Amino acid sequence: MSTAQFFFGYFAVMLTGLSVLVVTRKDPIHSVLWMLVLFVHIAGLYLFLNAEFLAAVQIIVYAGAILVLFLFVIMLLNLRNEERVKKFQTQWPLGAGAGALLAIFLCLIVGKVIVLAPLGRYSEDAVNGDGNLMAIGKILYTEYLFPFEVASLVLLVAIIGAVVLAKRRLE
Amino acid sequence: MIYTLIPLLPLLAFIINILFGRDYIRDKAHLIAVPAVAGSFLLSLVAFAGVLKGEVINVNVYSWIVSGDFNVSIGFLIDQLTAIMLMVVTSISTLIFIYSIGYMHGDKGYYRFFAYLSLFVFSMLILVMANNFLLLYFGWEAVGLCSYFLIGYWYEKKSAANAGKKAFIVNRFGDFGFGLGVILIFLTFGSLDYMTVFSGADSVLGQTINLFGYEVDTITLICLLLFCGAVGKSAQMPLHVWLPDAMEGPTPVSALIHAATMVTAGVFMVARSNPLFSLSATAMNTVAVVGGVTAIFAATIALVQKDIKRVIAYSTVSQLGYMFLALGVGAYSAGIFHLYTHAYFKALLFLGSGSVIHALHHAKHDDEQNMEKMGGLKKYMPVTYWVFIIATLSITGIPGLAGFFSKDEILWRAYLGGDLGKFLWFLGVAAAVLTAFYSWRLIYLTFHGSYRGDPEQEHHIHESPKVITVPLIILAVGAVAAGWVGIPPVILEHADRIGEFLAPVLGHPHGHGTHLEEWLVIAVSVAVAVIGWLVAMFMYIKKTDLPEKIASLFKPIYNLLFNKYWIDELYDKIFVQPVLKASDRIVLAFFDAKIIEGVVNGIPALIGGFSKKLRNVQTGFLSNYGLAMAIGALCIIGVFIFMR
Amino acid sequence: MVPLNWYIILSAIMFSIGVVGFLARRNLIIMFISIELMLNSVNISLVAYSHYLQSLRGQILVFFIITVAAAEAAIGLAIIIAFYKNNPTIKVDEINLLKG
Repeated sequence: MSTAQFFFGYFAVMLTGLSVLVVTRKDPIHSVLWMLVLFVHIAGLYLFLNAEFLAAVQIIVYAGAILVLFLFVIMLLNLRNEERVKKFQTQWPLGAGAGALLAIFLCLIVGKVIVLAPLGRYSEDAVNGDGNLMAIGKILYTEYLFPFEVASLVLLVAIIGAVVLAKRRLE
Repeated sequence: MIYTLIPLLPLLAFIINILFGRDYIRDKAHLIAVPAVAGSFLLSLVAFAGVLKGEVINVNVYSWIVSGDFNVSIGFLIDQLTAIMLMVVTSISTLIFIYSIGYMHGDKGYYRFFAYLSLFVFSMLILVMANNFLLLYFGWEAVGLCSYFLIGYWYEKKSAANAGKKAFIVNRFGDFGFGLGVILIFLTFGSLDYMTVFSGADSVLGQTINLFGYEVDTITLICLLLFCGAVGKSAQMPLHVWLPDAMEGPTPVSALIHAATMVTAGVFMVARSNPLFSLSATAMNTVAVVGGVTAIFAATIALVQKDIKRVIAYSTVSQLGYMFLALGVGAYSAGIFHLYTHAYFKALLFLGSGSVIHALHHAKHDDEQNMEKMGGLKKYMPVTYWVFIIATLSITGIPGLAGFFSKDEILWRAYLGGDLGKFLWFLGVAAAVLTAFYSWRLIYLTFHGSYRGDPEQEHHIHESPKVITVPLIILAVGAVAAGWVGIPPVILEHADRIGEFLAPVLGHPHGHGTHLEEWLVIAVSVAVAVIGWLVAMFMYIKKTDLPEKIASLFKPIYNLLFNKYWIDELYDKIFVQPVLKASDRIVLAFFDAKIIEGVVNGIPALIGGFSKKLRNVQTGFLSNYGLAMAIGALCIIGVFIFMR
Repeated sequence: MVPLNWYIILSAIMFSIGVVGFLARRNLIIMFISIELMLNSVNISLVAYSHYLQSLRGQILVFFIITVAAAEAAIGLAIIIAFYKNNPTIKVDEINLLKG
C-alpha cells in the first residue's frame, strides 16, 4: 500500500464516519460541530487532489460562513425543548433502505456509464508552474466571466431575499 | 458592431415606454422615443457614409437557431440597397416622430403610441438590415404586427379595430405564401443566408419541383411565393383591400407605415431577391403586370373618393404599383428610386392631410376627413397648403421635382421592355393622368373655394403648431430635392447617381433606346401630368357643378368606382360570409355542442373522481416527497445499470 | 496511485448518507445539513474528475456550487426563521402545508 493510498484510506474512513455522525446526532449543534470536522477533512482531500484554492475556500466559506450561519439560526430558534423528542421519522426504515440502495447503485454504476473526456491541458505540472490560484483565476475571468458575474447576482439576490424573509413584519 | 444599435435604440425606447409609460412617463414618452430614433438616424448616416466609401458590411451578430443543418444567425447586411432603405426609414421616422408630438398631443394613449411606433421602427430596421430570409421574415411579421397595433390604436372605435383585424387577416394570405417561399428556399439551397442563396441561384436554374402533379420551375415557384408576400404587404391587387381601411389609424401612422416604409417592404424584398427574380421571366412578368394593373386600378378608385386620407391611400397603392412595374421590367434601381422619392412626397401628403384633420379637429372637436366638408382652407393654413402643392407637383411628375425623375425612369424602362413593356408603359401613362387629376382634385376640394362645413367653426380653423409644420417643411424640401440624385443621363450626363450607387446590388437595367424616344417619353409624361392638372382645375375651380353632372351622367361607372369595384363586398360574399356561416353551422352547432361540450363535461367528471383518490398521495410532508424523489432517482439509475 | 473510482465511490457513499439523513431525520435543520453534505460529496467527485482529467472545469464548477450553496443556506435558513415565527416547530412531520 503506497503512502497515497494510505492517506486516501484515512480520509475515506474519516469522511464516512463523520458523515454518519453528522446525520445521527440528536442535538443539531453537535451535528454542526461534527460537520466542521468533516469540512476540514474535505479540505484536506482537496489538497490531496491539487486543489489548493478550493481547500481554502472550503474552510473559509463553508466552515467560516455557512456553518456559523447554521449555529446562529439554531441559537435564534432556541430549540432546547425540541431535543427530547424522538429524532427519526416514522418513515426512517424506508429512507435508510433507499439510501443504502442508492449507495449500491451508485457504486455499481461507476465505470459503467461514465465516458471520460480526453485529458485537458491543465496537468499537475502545468498548474504548478503558475500556481493553482493563478490558473483558476485566469480561466474564471475569461472563459467563465459571464457565469461568474451571474454568481454575484445570485449572491445579491440571496442577501436581499434573506433579509426580506427573516425581518419582522413592520406593523 | 456599432450598427447593431440602429435597430436596438428604437427597441430600447419601446421597452422603456411600454414598461414605464402608463405609470411614470405618460405624456413625456417622446423624450425617450424621439432621441432613440434620431440616434438611429445618425448611425444610419454613418453607415451610409461607410457604404458610399464602398464598405459593405455583412456580419453575423448572434447565432439564432442551430438545429442540424438548419442554421440561422441574427446578422446584418449593410450594402447599397440597405443603406438607402436605412436612410429612408430613419429619416422619415424621425420627422414623423417629431410631428407626432404635436399631432398626438393630449391623447390618453400617448405613451402607447410612441411605444408601438418605436417597435415598428425596430422591426422595419431589422427587416431592411437582415442578412438572411428568416430574419427578414421576422421583421416582416413584426411590422405587420405593429401595423395591426397602430391601425387599431383607437381600439374603442369599432371601425378602427375592424380595420386592424382586416389588415392582419388579409396580410395572412400573402404571408402564407411568403412563409412557404422561405421554406422552399431552404429546401432548395439548404441555407437562408442571402449570399449563399443568391450565389447558388444559377446552379438550380432549370430545376423543377412537382406541385400537384405538375412540374414547376423551382425558381419561378420561389419567386411567385415570395411575391405573394409582397402583394399582401404592399397592398397590390388583389390583396389591396386592407390599405385604404388602414387609414382608421392615426395620421402619423398612415404616413410612416402605410405610405413611406412598411408597405414598401414588398418592393424592398423583391429588389433584395433580384438575383432570384432575374432568373425567372414568368415571375418578372407577373410582378410587372400586377404592378401595372394595380397602378391604374387604384388610380381610378382614387378619382371619386371623398375621404381625404382614402384618396391618398389609393394613391399609395397606385404608386406601389409603379414600383412593382419597375421591378417587373428589370429596372430594380428605378423601383427603389421611386420608393425613396415616394417616401418623401407621400409622407408629406399624409402629414399635410393630418395637419388639415388636426386643424378641423380643433375647430369641430371631431375628426373630419370628408373633403366635401372642407374647402377654402388655403387662407387659414398657408404652410400646409404650400407643402401640399409641392407634394402634389412632385407626385404628378412636374419636371424638376423628385417624383418626376423616379416616375420618368420607371416609364422609360417600361417603354424599353418589349411588347409587354409598351403595354405597361401605356398603363403607367394612363395612371399618371389619373394621378394628376385626383391629386389636384384633392387640393382644390380641400384648400380652394369656400368652407363647406359649419360656418360657426370656420374662424376656429388655424394653422397647426410649429412641431407639426417644421417636419412638413423639411419633408417638402425632400419632396423637391430627393430626385436630384437620379437625373437621367439624357438630361444631364453622369447625374444618375442613385442608379450607379445601387448597381453593385441591383445591376444595370437592360435595354437601350434612342435619345429621341427618351425625350418623347418624358414629354408624354409631362404632358399627361399637365393635362390631368388642367382638367382638375377646370372641373373644380372653373365649373364647380361639372363633377356632379358627370357623376350623374355616368352613374354606373361612378358607383363602380365609388364603391371600389365592390371588391370588399365580393370578398365578403366569397370568403368572409361562408367562413362565418360554416363556423356557425359546423363549429358552433356540431363541434361545440356535441363534441367539445361532451368532452368538456366528461373529462372533468372522470378526473374529479380519480383525483379524489389520488389526493391522498399528497400528504404535505416534506420527507414523503423527498422519499418519492429518491425512489425516482433509484429507478433512473436502475435503468442505466440493468437495462444496458 | 489512488484510482479515480475510489474517489467516486467515496463520494457516492457520502451522498447516500446525506440522502438517508434527509429522508430519516425529523429536525429541519439537520435535514438542511444533510443537503450540505450531499453538495460536498458531489464537490469531491468533481474535484477528483478535475484532477484526473487535467482540466480545471471541475474546480470552477465546485466554485460555483459553493457560491450557490451559500446563497441556498442563507435563503433556506431565512425561510426556517420566517416559518418558525408563525409556527414554532421545526419537526418536519408536524409540517404538512405542502398539500392542496
